[in-house]
Amino acid sequence: MTVLAEIAGVPAAAVASPASTAEVADVVRGAARDGLALVARGAGTRQGWALPPQRLDLILEMGGVSGLVEHAAGDLVAVVRAGTPLRDVQEALRPVGQQLALDEPLPGSTVGGTVAVNASGPRRMLYGTVRDLLIGVTVVRADGVVARAGGKVVKNVAGYDLGKLVAGSYGTLGVITECAFRLHPLPAAARFVSAPADGPDEAGRAVAAVLGSQIVPSALEIDMAEGGRLTVAALVEGVPAGVDRRAADLEKLLGDGAVQGETPPPGWGAYPWAPGDVGIKLTCALSRVPYLLTAAGVTAQLHDVPLRVRGSAGTGVLHAGLPSGTDPGVVAGVVSDLRAATRAGAGHCVVVTAPPAVRARIDVWGHVDGLDLMRRVKDQFDPAGTLAPGRFVGGI
Amino acid sequence: MSVDALAAAVREVLLPEQIITDRQRLRTYECDGLTHYRVVPGIVLLPRTAEECAAVVRACVANAVPFVARGSGTGLSGGALPHADGALIVTSQLRAIREMAPQDERAVLEPGVINLQVSRAANPHGYYYAPDPSSQQICSIGGNVAENSGGAHCLKYGFTANHVTGVQIVTPDGDLVRLGGRAPDAPGYDLLGAFVGSEGTLGIATEVTVRLVRLPETVRTLLAAFAGTDEAGAATSAIIAAGVVPAAVEMMDALAIEAAEAAVHCGYPGGAGAVLIVELDGPAAEVDAQFAAVEDLCRAHGAFEIRIAADDAERALFWKGRKSAFAAVGRISPDYIVQDGVIPRTALPQVLTRIGELAREHGVRVANVFHAGDGNLHPLVLFDESVAGQAERAEAVSGAILDICVEHGGSITGEHGVGVDKAKHLPRMYSPADLDTMQLVRCAFDPRGLANPGKVFPTPRLCGEVPGRRKGVHPMHESGVAEVF
Repeated sequence: MTVLAEIAGVPAAAVASPASTAEVADVVRGAARDGLALVARGAGTRQGWALPPQRLDLILEMGGVSGLVEHAAGDLVAVVRAGTPLRDVQEALRPVGQQLALDEPLPGSTVGGTVAVNASGPRRMLYGTVRDLLIGVTVVRADGVVARAGGKVVKNVAGYDLGKLVAGSYGTLGVITECAFRLHPLPAAARFVSAPADGPDEAGRAVAAVLGSQIVPSALEIDMAEGGRLTVAALVEGVPAGVDRRAADLEKLLGDGAVQGETPPPGWGAYPWAPGDVGIKLTCALSRVPYLLTAAGVTAQLHDVPLRVRGSAGTGVLHAGLPSGTDPGVVAGVVSDLRAATRAGAGHCVVVTAPPAVRARIDVWGHVDGLDLMRRVKDQFDPAGTLAPGRFVGGI
Repeated sequence: MSVDALAAAVREVLLPEQIITDRQRLRTYECDGLTHYRVVPGIVLLPRTAEECAAVVRACVANAVPFVARGSGTGLSGGALPHADGALIVTSQLRAIREMAPQDERAVLEPGVINLQVSRAANPHGYYYAPDPSSQQICSIGGNVAENSGGAHCLKYGFTANHVTGVQIVTPDGDLVRLGGRAPDAPGYDLLGAFVGSEGTLGIATEVTVRLVRLPETVRTLLAAFAGTDEAGAATSAIIAAGVVPAAVEMMDALAIEAAEAAVHCGYPGGAGAVLIVELDGPAAEVDAQFAAVEDLCRAHGAFEIRIAADDAERALFWKGRKSAFAAVGRISPDYIVQDGVIPRTALPQVLTRIGELAREHGVRVANVFHAGDGNLHPLVLFDESVAGQAERAEAVSGAILDICVEHGGSITGEHGVGVDKAKHLPRMYSPADLDTMQLVRCAFDPRGLANPGKVFPTPRLCGEVPGRRKGVHPMHESGVAEVF
């Protein structure tokens, strides 16, 4: 068997490069007939995320299923093929002053990949995430049947919202081939305001002050560098006069040392880890963000590791990173401590990416509510278990 | 299956006053807000806790009795229409606000809590609950979750699905399961996203965690009068094209205005062929700049009178005409059908022309009220049941309007749901494969087909064996929900 390609270190014997939904359906139908396990790949920016497939015969390169199908500018709706790079979508929309309000934490990501992993960035605070912006989806099921849900209008409650189900499903329910999105106008002006904070409690007070204000920032971020140095940063978008006043208000709320800028502060919207590192997603109730930061600081000291934390303090979704060389046993200890902290904050701690030695050592997903129902959903959609087997929660 | 056996079983877990079997009292529950569908339920059960609700569902499963959940019964698609040989599980006794947590921007609610109560409880903290269906004074949060309710302000703020972060549900197996929670992005499939809007076919919500939104610094509202709907529609499109995201853009046509005037004397400008209500909210510096732009755009597109609400009382008066519109048509017509369809906003002029032609062809009148910002139409088809053939013609017009919506790439329902009323229309939007795929989710949650059978989907899918539970005759066949040919 000739190894043509691999996914997270697992070799595949075949690669298909379909150019349309119909061709994806043909390939998947054939694979189903032969019982082949398959994984769809866009730009491959997150194939090191989640778990490696337990079984892999075929890689579906989705780069050919690309392009804008439709842009109804007057209706603020666009239909895009899954293999389209997010960047290309934004470029196509920019001339008419519109955007797909999804950040791109990993440059080069495709629409399909972004939906499949439910990736989000700082502006989720105002615009929401994939689940809030995806209004229609076309998927090819494990048996090769093409199915569509939702549509091309924002307001629509006809039938089940399968878009929400496939968003964040890591390719385990179907191959996403087309997505319809709600768009937003590009703001006329934007401003970043950032300030250092002296410890998690002070950062927490700054965050709470902004949340309690009526400034309506598009993003409210926190960055804890190695050693615990903290920065709180916010983004306001709108009309120029409004942005001026709101940025000035933010400056007062963020306290001493607050500065305004037209460009994002360093690290804005990027994960606090490099390729090959350990990447962790931490969530908690909003008011527990300072507690979580304190716990992260204590954990870093206790295990003597350079833990970096960064993310959306305004929504309670943070990311943490550890260097690739960190001993797996130490990572396990850090994750265990962080998991206790997020649990206390009514949230979760998921190791989204890690070197194989670390993945082998820990439960990357942690506790999952509703796992039995999830298994039943998977069994219905993919009874033979050929779609990205083993990548998802509970061995799905 | 036997309701009598179920009645005996639930007596073990509920008090006598939580069980209704008396025929006269059962009739109280024979319909929801869509009153022309009526079925007297086999039994009505009123659990007071999540555990009681789960026990009731388990009893239904044990006796193969279908069950329908009902909140306040204000739904407009017959989603809570009872099953004659089934149980109606009413959640109105589960009505506690468990927790207001403005510091987390969350509230934890029992499903029977009334929508407006959430904002009333949150307002003193400076927060509110954004989804505002017209029935918000009486509709329940559990019903909102089932229907993914919208409202006038969902143009900017989104629907129930965007504001629910967690639920505890009773699955159709009778298990209590939590989906999502207080923090965002729970790991695993977004079953919460699938559950919201599933119209009671995937289980019953027994606790709902919602997002609270900080009250805006300022709210500004204008009422603009136009010669006709084309001009008002063009103004709407211009506002959106200018990059403004209003909190709401509502439109009423001449007939709807006439009805509203007759009913609530809202004093809209005389001689208007259409009025727009445009509301902006947010930081004052943003809203002031955009509000001036909206005013200019309305004038540029032919608004002959613009009134700006000076205070909350005047704003309430603008909204009074709009919010009373459904009931108000009762003043100008003995009978009417409330339709709910969605079109791409830019198709508004063509679609309204088509609806006008359709009405003339069939000799009925149609009053149009809509959420113009997101293309959600609520045509009100007026008729007189006492005139032979009118009801049928009105029904035909109402159905044809949905066809027009679908032809223009829209939807057969924007907020009222599919329920029992539109199940037959669903295949106009989706292929058999699409519907089959949606029902895979239903089979995962409810392989026996006992949760609100006959709603949403025109034809039930046979699900195969119930995982690890039973064999033999197919349960959906056995329960009478599906025939096997």
